[in-house]
Amino acid sequence: MTFIGNKSDLKVVGTRPVRPDGVDKVTGRATFGADYTMPGMLMGRVKRSPHAHARIVSIDASKALALPGVKGVVTAADFPDIPSEEAFVGEGPMNFRDLSLNCIARGKVLYEGHAVAAVCAISDEVAAAACDLIDVTYEVLPHVIDVEAAMAPDAPLLHADMFTANVTPKPEKPSNIAKKVHFTVGDVAAGFAQADVIVEGHYSTQPVHQAYIEPHACIASAGADGQCHIISSSQGHFMIRAYVAKLLGMEMSNLKVTPAEIGGGFGGKTVVYLEPLALAMARKTGRPVKMVMTREDVFRATGPTSGAVIDVKLGATKDGIITAAQAVLKYQAGAFAGSPVQPGCMCAFAMYDLKNVDVVGYDVVSNRPKVAAYRAPGAPIASFAAESAVDDLARKLGMDPIALREKNAAKAGTKTAYGVTFAEIGYEQVLAAAKNHPHWKAPLGPNQGRGIATGFWFNIGGESSASVFINEDGSVNVVSGSPDIGGSRASMAMMAAEVLGIPVEHVRPIVADTASIGFTHVTGGSRVTYATGMATVQAAENVIEQLKTRAAMIWDIPPEAVEWKDGQAVPAGANAGGFDPLPLAAIALKAAKTGGPIGAEVSLNAQGAGPGFGAHICDVEVDKETGHVTVLRYTAVQDVGRAIHPSYVEGQIQGGAVQGIGWALNEEYVYNTKGLMDNAGFLDYRVPVASDLPMIEAVMVEVPNPRHPFGVRGVGEVPIVPPMAAVANAIRGALGIRMHALPMSPPKLRAAVDSGVG
Amino acid sequence: MSSLSYAAPATVDEAIGLLAGASGLAKVLSGGTDLLVQLRSGRTRPALIVDTKKIPGIIGIREVDGGFVIGAATSGAMIGEHAALAAVYPGVVEATNLIGSTQVQGRASLAGNLCNASPAADSVPAMIAAGATAVIAGPKGRRTVPVEQVVTGPGRTSLARDEFIVEFHLPKRAPRSADAYLRFIPRTEMDIAVVGAGVNVTLDAAGVCTAARVSLGAVAPTALLVADCAAALVGSKLDEHALAKLDLAARDACKPIDDKRGTIDFRIKVAGVLARRAAAIAFERAAARS
Repeated sequence: MTFIGNKSDLKVVGTRPVRPDGVDKVTGRATFGADYTMPGMLMGRVKRSPHAHARIVSIDASKALALPGVKGVVTAADFPDIPSEEAFVGEGPMNFRDLSLNCIARGKVLYEGHAVAAVCAISDEVAAAACDLIDVTYEVLPHVIDVEAAMAPDAPLLHADMFTANVTPKPEKPSNIAKKVHFTVGDVAAGFAQADVIVEGHYSTQPVHQAYIEPHACIASAGADGQCHIISSSQGHFMIRAYVAKLLGMEMSNLKVTPAEIGGGFGGKTVVYLEPLALAMARKTGRPVKMVMTREDVFRATGPTSGAVIDVKLGATKDGIITAAQAVLKYQAGAFAGSPVQPGCMCAFAMYDLKNVDVVGYDVVSNRPKVAAYRAPGAPIASFAAESAVDDLARKLGMDPIALREKNAAKAGTKTAYGVTFAEIGYEQVLAAAKNHPHWKAPLGPNQGRGIATGFWFNIGGESSASVFINEDGSVNVVSGSPDIGGSRASMAMMAAEVLGIPVEHVRPIVADTASIGFTHVTGGSRVTYATGMATVQAAENVIEQLKTRAAMIWDIPPEAVEWKDGQAVPAGANAGGFDPLPLAAIALKAAKTGGPIGAEVSLNAQGAGPGFGAHICDVEVDKETGHVTVLRYTAVQDVGRAIHPSYVEGQIQGGAVQGIGWALNEEYVYNTKGLMDNAGFLDYRVPVASDLPMIEAVMVEVPNPRHPFGVRGVGEVPIVPPMAAVANAIRGALGIRMHALPMSPPKLRAAVDSGVG
Repeated sequence: MSSLSYAAPATVDEAIGLLAGASGLAKVLSGGTDLLVQLRSGRTRPALIVDTKKIPGIIGIREVDGGFVIGAATSGAMIGEHAALAAVYPGVVEATNLIGSTQVQGRASLAGNLCNASPAADSVPAMIAAGATAVIAGPKGRRTVPVEQVVTGPGRTSLARDEFIVEFHLPKRAPRSADAYLRFIPRTEMDIAVVGAGVNVTLDAAGVCTAARVSLGAVAPTALLVADCAAALVGSKLDEHALAKLDLAARDACKPIDDKRGTIDFRIKVAGVLARRAAAIAFERAAARS
């Protein structure tokens, strides 16, 4: 299909129909992971480590197994000992051995909450009591929580076989530094020598959790013949299948995974925690096993994104040309290698056309839960530091911060420091929209400040499958393999309806299980509307060809003499014959007589995803006596390519901004001296509540991506990149103090007001 | 597996008998907004729960002798909707209505907030500032004690195991007197006080403070009644000098801890700030009544 560049040609795309999953969700009929039951079902619970770092001396489950109602216990001994093997199944690289060790500890526990054993019983109460009866003897080891402490030469070592990768010569001693990454372009020393103005800053961020409302939940059953079934809430049921099959040593064809409705993921549900344990216990007992995490489990045992320490240095000429950009980023990976430091390094300065860049990153393990993906993994952390520094640079130059960014903006043809040359991008258009927005020039009162920050995310395409079936009555089913976490079913139905030329109400979209649709990569990387959308469009186009052929048979003319227009087959011209148009329903009715059912499935690997850029403007008021920050006004501008369903695009932008505001102001993991988390719950892990926020104004700039039939770019990740620096820059404006450490919580702000240093 | 008994007696005496006769830990249930959370988390494992809500009079608000009697299990929502109480004791009402969320307000009670014995309880500094008393029922009859004498430490009260609170009394107001409560939380709702400050003042016709009570929450093991804060206010019209004295007295009274909700330094400074701000509101309200 050729790219539809003209918005006025579109009848469905760009409208705002009611989402197909909406009524079920607001009436409570939608079934999430914890809503499923199976006959004979048992309830499973996880026994977790009370220590940050310890050797497991012994596990004695005899008392638990003797408790009436207990049906089985599993430990690492029940799982294959998997060798080290890199894989790309979720949203980032994953080592199968580490994944196995993270699901169930073998030999050592590496963080508080690390799973040591799992038990299943006839009720949740019995399972909980049995957990308490499992005797685990530990030899407690010294622990390390903070990233720079973990990098110290004498730090407690998590993995005796961890030698820093990408360092030559290969280190002689193991360390907690899993990997070093380095991107360099030009000569930063020469760049700084050309600079009239230099700014430097030392920044830190805290790990933050995705804070999805639905805790992890699954149910697993195993047949006597080895055929297994898992229903779980995740961002990719094919991901669940791949991981569980690998961790349990199964053939994929013996494992069907059905996606439940998902109550939020934000990247955090692109890995497995419970599923391998539940299926192992189901195989052991012959009965289905259901497992549901508590919120406390979610905080102690599932992955947040990294906390980090970052040094940034920028140089510019007095007329605002950035001559050099340098950064060192140290990211916490949690207990196993694999922080998003690499994308962080790539995104830090990606908005700018720079000649001299040098970025070094370190991936560092410590005794915390293994990090997981969280919207634009790595980028928000790097951008907090980089965009704070750009703001300092603008102040030092006496330039408007938008003007400084315009002067250095990346555009089509700009080569990034990590090697890619941008094609059509909308950064300049986003800056222009921010500059022209009334918010940018609105007056401010006392103790108030305004900040702006910008952000970049790659967006990806990848493997997707979708099918389109024409039912006998002319209604349509669209089936895909992408779990719907952001309204993607609505977008698939709308794109299919647009192509077919029919009202979207006749199209019913579903997400199929792993045995009912072709492989589809996880819902992540802002890829679904782009890649699965492309598969949907191609399947609909294939169906149109079939419909034209059927019409040609009915009319007894050549297929080339039939055109598809507004949902009907029409003769291509006067020569084709004087037939009345055949609507889709009329062709469907005669399908049996013209060759049978009509439908098509398309599997593809979508290339050419368009990168996204955003600019956020934030106004705050600071109570200098208490350090409390009120966000007064917030405007988020973003290049969205083309919005299929504008309400859900706006929702993505607003949601990203809100999560970023929480990250900026209050969210953090509080660890005590024993390396145990003190705030594993929503009372003291403070995500923003509705009354903390103004209405987030989402401004959609549309610079279509020509490689998608409707110009789609991913939109779900960019909006969490700018907020932390936007808030910090606003606080800088209000107080005259640069805050360097997240979260910018009331105690930190009050201390900064008192000392004059942030 | 442990077992848990539940009883909902219809009289005070029956409730006392159940508490006295319990073989293990017995807990009194009013709204349950703390107790049920603690049960679920495993923090408390009682053998018996005595639900007081079926006892006549334990839910409701009465005007008696110009003051108010508030049943121990009266919900925050009922307290917030009582126009006469809100007009006379706005500080107690605003403090009570800060507890939890709208849903929690449908159940949360003054007795529960007090007997949970958290130093951060919102209604407690407001009740102490207002001079509220608690009526405690036990096997030997009833005794009335000032609210500040109920809690003895975090999670501990002066109630015997067979005693429970049946009601609170708020005294008749003097002319030109009013109260106010402020708390600091990092968010705007759904949170626990990092610092709380309740102030109750009486002014003379010229606007000079003749009596004051100031109570601080979350800055010591129990809510504090700070005499030096009151002394800073009495005799003043809340001028700069009085505010500075009040701020200093509040800070001097604090014995806070560092925890996940705030640092020692922050709590001390904010205690002074909130005492000043709550005093300003109380003065304004009292002056408006002349």
